[in-house]
Amino acid sequence: MFQIRIHGRGGQGVVSASELLSVAAFEEGKFSQSFPSFGSERMGAPVQAFARISDEAITIREPVMEPDMLIIQDPTLFNAINVFDGVKTGGYLLINSSKTPAELGIEEITSQFPEHHVMTIPATELALKYIKQPKPNTVLLGAFAAMSHMVQIPALEKAILGKFPSRIAKPNITATTAGYNLIMQKLEEAKEV
Amino acid sequence: MLKQISGSIAVAKAVALCRPEVVPCYPITPQTHIVEHLSTLVKSGELKNCTYENVESEFAAMSVCIGSSATGARSYTATASQGLLYMMEAVYNASGLGLPIVMTLGNRAIGAPINIWNDHSDAMSVRDAGWIQLFVENNQQAVDVHIQAFKLAEALSLPVMVNMDGFILTHAITRVDMPEQSQVDQFLPSFIPRQLLDTSAPLTIGAMVGPDAFTEVRYLAHEKQQQALSIIEKQARQFEEIFGRDSGGLVKSYDAESSDIVFVAMGSVVGTLQALASELREQGQSIGILSLRSFRPFPIKSIRNALKSAKQIIVFEKSFAVGMGGVLASEVHMATHGLHIKINSIIGGLGGRTITVKSLKNIVDLASKGELEHETFMDLDLETVEKEINRQRSEPSSGSTAENILRDMGVVSASKTH
Repeated sequence: MFQIRIHGRGGQGVVSASELLSVAAFEEGKFSQSFPSFGSERMGAPVQAFARISDEAITIREPVMEPDMLIIQDPTLFNAINVFDGVKTGGYLLINSSKTPAELGIEEITSQFPEHHVMTIPATELALKYIKQPKPNTVLLGAFAAMSHMVQIPALEKAILGKFPSRIAKPNITATTAGYNLIMQKLEEAKEV
Repeated sequence: MLKQISGSIAVAKAVALCRPEVVPCYPITPQTHIVEHLSTLVKSGELKNCTYENVESEFAAMSVCIGSSATGARSYTATASQGLLYMMEAVYNASGLGLPIVMTLGNRAIGAPINIWNDHSDAMSVRDAGWIQLFVENNQQAVDVHIQAFKLAEALSLPVMVNMDGFILTHAITRVDMPEQSQVDQFLPSFIPRQLLDTSAPLTIGAMVGPDAFTEVRYLAHEKQQQALSIIEKQARQFEEIFGRDSGGLVKSYDAESSDIVFVAMGSVVGTLQALASELREQGQSIGILSLRSFRPFPIKSIRNALKSAKQIIVFEKSFAVGMGGVLASEVHMATHGLHIKINSIIGGLGGRTITVKSLKNIVDLASKGELEHETFMDLDLETVEKEINRQRSEPSSGSTAENILRDMGVVSASKTH
């Protein structure tokens, strides 16, 4: 079972991201589950959402305590809550930022991860470019696919088309692909070095 | 057809497949998405021959259900928590009158203190109201049991409440095999009311019953619940034949009959207990689960049969009777009377507190060592509790408990007021 925890703030599409991930995994014939951390949701407040992907039926209901993949939609959360709680150092870390982990001051943690398992990506900038809104979630989903290979882009496309009307879905699919391509490019460059 | 879908939307679609004719609703978290989606289905014409009424309160929602059901219309509503309390008088009337209404309860705690999260306090507040109360472990069961609920309600002429954990199930997006309309039509015949208010043949129902007959009417209500025991099992098998899956009857056993330590629980926590049990079984421990699917009627015989070989029973419940303890635990005590099996009562998951495998594992560890207290409030912060107890002892005007505790825990920086 692969477990994902997404941190962000209300309005950034954190809950939608976990839902889209679960639907994409379902489209690929896997079992999946997604749910938000429940609370009185409001714009700007820290929000978490969870997803699990497995080849077998999932019965567990506890929030993801030890994520294989941690997605941080807003790096200002580093100062607000312990987003790294329970993270598996063999896992993956994806952060929405144009800065490097060192510039973000989290190298002490990220250095414990295997090589190429920590990626930063300017998802908000890419979202503004492709969907004209500061919603980094779909860019990050593409990046997630490139890092983990737990879902593929066609399944994500299908999930996005199922959730949103076409005029919203299309730019989001472009954003997802952009996120995917950027990570693939980064991984290629890392290999060459 | 397999779908990746939220619990609420799946239930709304399942209810629509049952062809309800009157759906009076008043929204309350966490069931709002169910009635919202039903209103969409009525508006779009997907759900035909159905009157959707956005009424002014929960009391009105149940009152309209009573009226519409009495005139022979298949009637459905949903609520939770304080909403259920607000409709309480009508809840008792629906069962007392013997009207086959189906209601979803998106289980949630009851205030004060105000809390919108999941536990089973609302369900327990109506445990003596005369309704059939079914619980589901996951969203597949939620879908399947709603379909069975209409058939059961109409077979007995008694209202049925389907309890599904608020948020944990209503808001979870999981794989659900959505039934086909033709399957539901095959399983669920059209509604033939046992009693009917009809202007062309006027009569009244709801007569005043005095001391000379009240006991008999009440006894018959109890007897009807006993009839439900066999009908629930029979309908579960009929459901399995048509839909090709076992959605459980009165109880669902996960190695309960063959395990040393057996958990008894209701609702979504059974899923987490399954994860715990499979992990511990791999380590050689003998852990089973008995999932109670019917709470009212309380299936004493099925429970007794499933638990008779257990060495230790751990009843896990998400609510308790203040001043008494676990309601389910005491009822399981009654069901296993004379078997001399050790029973521990665990109260957990109150007001949405996360039920973790880690905490449950700790419970099993203590149980294996014989160190588990008879009654345990899982993950209770004793230090905080003791601080407030001492404050109340030492200060005559110690203030509001909820605010004091939140301040102690650093959740709010509310200043102390007198």
